[in-house]
Amino acid sequence: MSHHIVEVIHLQHIYPDGTIAIRDVSFRITHGESVAIIGANGAGKSTLLQHLNGCLEATSGQVRIGDTLLSKGTLPDIRRTVGMVFQNPDDQLFMPTVFDDVAFGPLNLGLVGTEVEKRVMDALIQVGAAHLRAKPPYHLSGGEKKRVAIATVLAMTPDILVLDEPVSGLDPFARRQIMTILQEFNHTKIFTTHDLNMVLELCQRTIILHEGEIMADGPTGDIFQNDVLLAACHLEKPFALQLCPACTGAAGAIKP
Amino acid sequence: MISINTAVIDLKRLELMAGGNSPIHALDARAKVLVTFVFIVAVVSYGRYELARLIPFCIFPAVIIALADLPALFLARKIALICPFIAMIGFFNPVFDQTELFRLGHVVITGGWISLVSLIIRSLLTVGAAFILIGTTGFAALCQALERLGIPQLFTVQLLFLYRYIFVLADETCRASRARELRSCDKKGLGVVSFSSLVGHLLLRTWQQAVRIHSAMLARGFVGQFHARRQSRFGVAEFCFVLGWSSLFMTLRLFDISGMIGKMVTGIFP
Ligand SMILES: Nc1ncnc2c1ncn2[C@@H]1O[C@H](COP(=O)(O)OP(=O)(O)OP(=O)(O)O)[C@@H](O)[C@H]1O
Ligand SMILES: [Mg+2]
Repeated sequence: MSHHIVEVIHLQHIYPDGTIAIRDVSFRITHGESVAIIGANGAGKSTLLQHLNGCLEATSGQVRIGDTLLSKGTLPDIRRTVGMVFQNPDDQLFMPTVFDDVAFGPLNLGLVGTEVEKRVMDALIQVGAAHLRAKPPYHLSGGEKKRVAIATVLAMTPDILVLDEPVSGLDPFARRQIMTILQEFNHTKIFTTHDLNMVLELCQRTIILHEGEIMADGPTGDIFQNDVLLAACHLEKPFALQLCPACTGAAGAIKP
Repeated sequence: MISINTAVIDLKRLELMAGGNSPIHALDARAKVLVTFVFIVAVVSYGRYELARLIPFCIFPAVIIALADLPALFLARKIALICPFIAMIGFFNPVFDQTELFRLGHVVITGGWISLVSLIIRSLLTVGAAFILIGTTGFAALCQALERLGIPQLFTVQLLFLYRYIFVLADETCRASRARELRSCDKKGLGVVSFSSLVGHLLLRTWQQAVRIHSAMLARGFVGQFHARRQSRFGVAEFCFVLGWSSLFMTLRLFDISGMIGKMVTGIFP
């Protein structure tokens, strides 16, 4: 299934004000991979993701989804393949009710009637937001908006899922729910996050972005063992990998 | 800024009403657009001194509100809000137009006053009809109907974006002005300087937000076409709806029904 391959080749993005957000990034993600892109604030993660479905145009370099090169002509096809959840759910929700908003994508895909309704309800149930369907999106809490935003993309049944900070601002239960959804989605998925414990649980592969460049790209386990690298990129080893203070000598000092 | 916020919340509420399930909601949007159009043309086409013959037209909003189960009080309040603006427009009518039309006892009623009242009634009727149209149809379906009635897509999509942009602008305005109020510590926010930079900031911010929303729409397969969730076609019910109301409006416009009823009543009780 070469369709689910994401390939970025020497990508560079310079914003109109001169900020170089992405310097020179290349990677290749194959079918079924689950990849986390991590890095400090302003490292260029959101900018990078927005190239994957053509929301931003590269200053130079290429993006390939499957066998197709991303360009003006192939954009509609690529957007059908790549489902994208933005960092700020307010950017994503614009219809009068939650139901209408989730239905927007399937309707654009040409579906009608009960098929649309089924897709919408399935997606809403998956993210645990079915009870919100009649509410207007602007009356939701931040976390609820986030869940609905994820549902809007799931309802389009994309082949590749791209999420920008899917669990930021969610309560532990909702975070777990989203993680389960991601685990069950067995096509290619790419997401950014500051939640490194989640990365450890969900991703075999991690890419560290630092000031618009890839600092590391490899198995998650290896990367999180490299303290020097993590510190250089403003990251911290996940708790799950830190040695328990109670079991080491540090605890001895506390004991009476 | 609060007033902008409430105005937009009201607009959103109007939009939410469109999700209702009454027989009026179920009608094809084109039928409602056509009837509203005929209604507005009929009401607007009366002479400037017309009063009595406008009154029977109230039956249209009244019947639709009842059938569609819209919150009448809420609508009435919203429509009443425009009264001061209309009065402002017609403010000089009584001053300039001093022609005497009739007397009530010793009070001379001039043409100016009558035309002012007539203007207000006509505005209330037309604005009310427009509100009811949105409240029973929803803006997206409305634009789609316009398109299916032959208005170019370029125009209808622009209209829809403009409508969405109002919400974006209002949201951003509220956020920004709240941020300014909270940090200005009762000093009126450093006056004009900070206010002007706030406005400039707002335009840029709403512009960016609108661009981001647009790219989110594109990301979900938007190709310049809005799909209303309700699938409908122009059937018998729509045909009767349009024919019934239009002929009523025509009759009211061409014959002086209220005058005839008046004559009948005065004929019976001389
Ligand atoms: N529209 C823009 N115009 C100019 N510069 C921008 C724009 N958007 C982002 N930048 C800059 O590009 C760089 C990368 O931003 P980006 O949003 O990709 O960061 P990020 O890695 O997603 O950070 P965060 O973790 O905070 O979400 C930042 O230095 C930012 O200031
Ligand atoms: Mg970001």
